[in-house]
Amino acid sequence: MTFSPDLEARFEKLVASYPEGRTRSAVIPMLMYAQDELGAVTPELVAEVAKRCKVPPIQVEEVIGYYSMLHRKPQGKYHVQVCTNISCLLVGGEELYHHASKKLGIGHKQTTADGIFSLEEVECMGACSWAPAVEIDYTFHHHVTPEKLDQLLDGLKKPQ
Amino acid sequence: MMTATPTEVTTVTLSINGQSVTAPAGTLLIEVCKKLGTEVPAFCYYEGFSLQAACRMCLVEIEKFPKLQASCTIPVSEGMVVRTESPAVVAARKDMLEFLLSNHPLDCPVCDKGGECELQDMTFRYGAGESRFTEIKVHTPEKQWSPVVFYDAPRCILCYRCVRVCDEGLGVGALGIQYRGVGAEIIPNMGDHLNCDECGACIDICPVGALTSGAYRYKTRPWEMNHVGTVCTHCSNGCKTTLGVRTDEIIRGNNRDSSGINGEFLCGKGRYAFDFNKHEDRLTSPLIRKDGQLVEVSWSEALKAVATKFSETQAAGGSFGVIGGVHSTNEENYFLQKFARQGLKTANLDHQRTGDVPALLDALSGKSDVLATTDDLYNTAAALVIGSDLAQQHPFLAYQLRANGRHHNARVYTVTPGKVREADYAAASLTYGSTSELFGKLDELRDRLKAEPELVILFSDAIKGADVAKLVAYGDSLGITVKYVALVDYSNSRGALDMGLLPTLGPGYHAAPVNGLAAPDMLAAGLDVLWVVGADSGKGNAKFTVVQDMFLTPTAAAADIVLPSASAYEKSGTVTNVCGQVQKLKPAVRTMGTKPDLEIMGLIAREMGLNLGIWTHDHVLTEIRSGVAGYNVPLPIIQTGGAAQAQPVNGRVPLDGRPELVQSAQDTLFTSGTLGRYSKALTSVIEYPGKLYSDNQ
Ligand code: SF4
Ligand code: SF4
Ligand code: SF4
Ligand code: FES
Repeated sequence: MTFSPDLEARFEKLVASYPEGRTRSAVIPMLMYAQDELGAVTPELVAEVAKRCKVPPIQVEEVIGYYSMLHRKPQGKYHVQVCTNISCLLVGGEELYHHASKKLGIGHKQTTADGIFSLEEVECMGACSWAPAVEIDYTFHHHVTPEKLDQLLDGLKKPQ
Repeated sequence: MMTATPTEVTTVTLSINGQSVTAPAGTLLIEVCKKLGTEVPAFCYYEGFSLQAACRMCLVEIEKFPKLQASCTIPVSEGMVVRTESPAVVAARKDMLEFLLSNHPLDCPVCDKGGECELQDMTFRYGAGESRFTEIKVHTPEKQWSPVVFYDAPRCILCYRCVRVCDEGLGVGALGIQYRGVGAEIIPNMGDHLNCDECGACIDICPVGALTSGAYRYKTRPWEMNHVGTVCTHCSNGCKTTLGVRTDEIIRGNNRDSSGINGEFLCGKGRYAFDFNKHEDRLTSPLIRKDGQLVEVSWSEALKAVATKFSETQAAGGSFGVIGGVHSTNEENYFLQKFARQGLKTANLDHQRTGDVPALLDALSGKSDVLATTDDLYNTAAALVIGSDLAQQHPFLAYQLRANGRHHNARVYTVTPGKVREADYAAASLTYGSTSELFGKLDELRDRLKAEPELVILFSDAIKGADVAKLVAYGDSLGITVKYVALVDYSNSRGALDMGLLPTLGPGYHAAPVNGLAAPDMLAAGLDVLWVVGADSGKGNAKFTVVQDMFLTPTAAAADIVLPSASAYEKSGTVTNVCGQVQKLKPAVRTMGTKPDLEIMGLIAREMGLNLGIWTHDHVLTEIRSGVAGYNVPLPIIQTGGAAQAQPVNGRVPLDGRPELVQSAQDTLFTSGTLGRYSKALTSVIEYPGKLYSDNQ
C-alpha cells in the first residue's frame, strides 16, 4: 500500500523518530494521518501500519478499538465532535449534543445523507477550561452555545 | 552451566512486615515477597512475561509513598519499609475483588475452572462476602474461536496473560484487547476466529475460566480426575505432559505444575493430540489374514501363528527384516534389536531415520560436554538454527530460544530454506535456495559467530553424512565453545538410534557384529518375513509381514498378521528426546485388547522358546543402563519425573555411508506422522495441515 508523497515523507520521518525496536509508538499518528487521507481506517491500512511499525496486526486493531477518533467507516466532510464528559456536561454539553443531533438529523457516529457532516459524542478532549467544547476535524471551538454551533455549521455548509 | 557473564549486582536491604531482607537491587518487590514466603496476590503479574500492572491485586503499603503501590512493578530499594497485610492493603484487596466481580457471572458451579480458579481462591481468601453493585451485569454470549479455543468474555478479568503468552511466549501475537472500560474484551486475530498455533497456552495461563478448551470444556470437575505425569508422544522435544484422566479416558493435557524440562510449555500436540488414543479406528483385536481377508482372532492364536512362522522360516534358513518404531520406548527398541540379532539371527534392522545423530557423534569424537540440553537453549548466549522451521517442527526448542532472547538477550541466527518465525527477533536470518548454498551462508556468518562467547548449533537433515563433519569443523573454526543438537523428528527417534535399530550399528553406536540391509533394501529384497513394530514403512516385496500397530495403517492393512499395540500413554518405559534427555513414561489409561509392544515381543519369544530375558520395562531398563554406552542415567531422577541426559559414545562411530536414508518427515505444528492422522484435534483446525517456511509467520 502506498500513500501520497507527502504522507510517505511524513511516515518516514515518524518511523525514524523512535528508538530502535520502538516503532510501535508510531501506530497512532500513522493511523490518524492515513485516516485523513483515506477517509477511514480500512483493513488494508491496518495490515500496512502493522507492517511498517513491526507489530502484529491485532495490536493495531486494539488501538482502533480503544481510540474513538479512529474510524472504520468514512466520516462526513466535516466531523463534528461534541464533548459530553463531566466539565462540558455541567455547562450544557449534553444540550449542545442534542441540538447538533436535531439540527443535522443524525445520531452518534452517523453521517448526513449528503455526506457533509458526521456527528460524534466524544469523551473528554482536554478542553475543560473552555467548556463546553466542540471539535470539528482538528479545530477546537470553545464556550460553544447552540447559537454559536448553528453559525458554525451553517458557515461550513455554504459552498466554499 | 552456560550463562552470560554475570555483571556485578548490588544488594539492598529492606523490611517486609517487620522482617529485614536483602535482595539484589532492581528485583521486583513481589518477587522478594515470594522468596520470603509472604504471599502477595496477583493476577496480571506472571513470571517470565512483560509487566502489565493491570489488576491492582498486588497493592502493598510502602512507607513514604502517598498511595498503595503495585508490588509487581516496583523494584526494591534501600531502606524500603513494606507492609503487605496492613488494614489499608486488606481493604484494597477486597475492593479490587469487588470490582473484578462487578460484571463477573459467578457461574462457578458450571465453569471448567471451578476448583482451580485463581479468582475463586482469592475471593475465598481476601474477598468480601457481598457486593455493593446493584447495576445489571453486562453479559455477552460465549464465542468459539477455533475447535479448541473458546472465549467467555463476562468471566474475563482482563489480566492480559493470554495476550502476552501468545505474543511474547509463542511469537504468534494472535490475541488482543478491543474497546475499553466495561466493553473491553479479548479478541482473536481474524475478527471472529483464530488463525494461530492452536497451542492452548492462552487457555492454560488464564487465571479464570474465560478461555476454555474444546477438548475439555464442560466434561468434568477438575477434582474428579487423576493426574498422570508422562511424556508427550508426538515430536522429539520430549515435553512432560500431565494427563487428566477420568474413568480410563484422557480428557486433558497440560503441565500447570511446571514440572519437567518444559515448565508450562506444550504445543497443541501435547495439549490436545492425545485424542488419537480413543480414535474409533484403534485396533483392539489381533488380525490374521485368512482367505485374503484380515479377520479377528484371539491373542493366543495370533501369537502362536507369529511364533510358528518365525520358527519355521528360521528352520528353513529363510530371511528376516525388522523395522522398529520412533514412538516405541527405549526398552522396546532395545528388546527388538536383541530379538532380531540374537533371536532371529538377522542383521536386517532399521527404522525411520530423521536426523544424522551417528555422523554427529562420530564428528565429535574426542570432545566432551558438546551435546546441548533443552536447558542450554534457554541459557546459551547464542544459537544457530540450520535447516529447520523450528517454531513448527520443534516447538519447545523454539520456545526455549525465544525465552532466552527475551530474558537474556541471546542472539539467535537462522539459516533456513525459507522464512522462519525466529526471524522476528533473530540477530541474523539467512535463507538458502538449495542445500549446496548452505555452507556459503554459514561462511557469511562466521565473523559474527566468532565474536560470540559460546554457541549452540541445531541442525536438521539438511546437514547429513560428510556434511556433518564439515559442520563440526566449521564449529571448531569459530574458536568458541560450541554445543550441538542433531534434530530428529519423533518422540523416540533419538532412542531408536541410541538403541541400535540400525543395520550397521548396535546399541550405543557400537559396530554391529554383522551388517544388514537398510529399510528400503529390505522392502525391495523380497524377504521371507518382514516384522514391523510401530512403523508405517510399507511391506514392499516381503513374502510375509507381521505388523504391530495401534491402527490399520497401509502397512498393517497389507500385512498377514496384525497385533494391536498399546500407545505411549498406556505404558511405562523410557524415551529419549532430541537432546538425548531420558525421561520415563507413566501409563495413564488402558485400551482393552491391546498390549504394549514389549509384552507382545516377549510373548512371541516365549512361544518360540527363545530366552531373551525378562520382558518388563524395568528389567530391560536395568539391562540398558548397564549395557548401553551413556545410558547409566541416575534412576532417582527419571523415576521422579525428571530428565537425565544420556552421554553416548565419545569415539569414532562406523558410518554406513547412506546419508540419503536420513529424511525428516517435515511435520508441521498440525501433523505428526501416522499418529497425527488419528488426532481429530489436529485435523479439525483450520490451520491443518500447516505449512513450513510460510511467509505469514
Ligand atoms: S492457542 Fe496459542 S497461538 Fe492460539 S491464541 Fe492461544 S496462545 Fe495464541
Ligand atoms: S481471557 Fe483469561 S488470561 Fe486473557 S485477559 Fe481474560 S482473564 Fe486474563
Ligand atoms: S513440542 Fe513436541 S513434545 Fe512438546 S508438546 Fe509439542 S509435540 Fe509434544
Ligand atoms: S499483579 Fe500487580 S497489578 Fe496485577
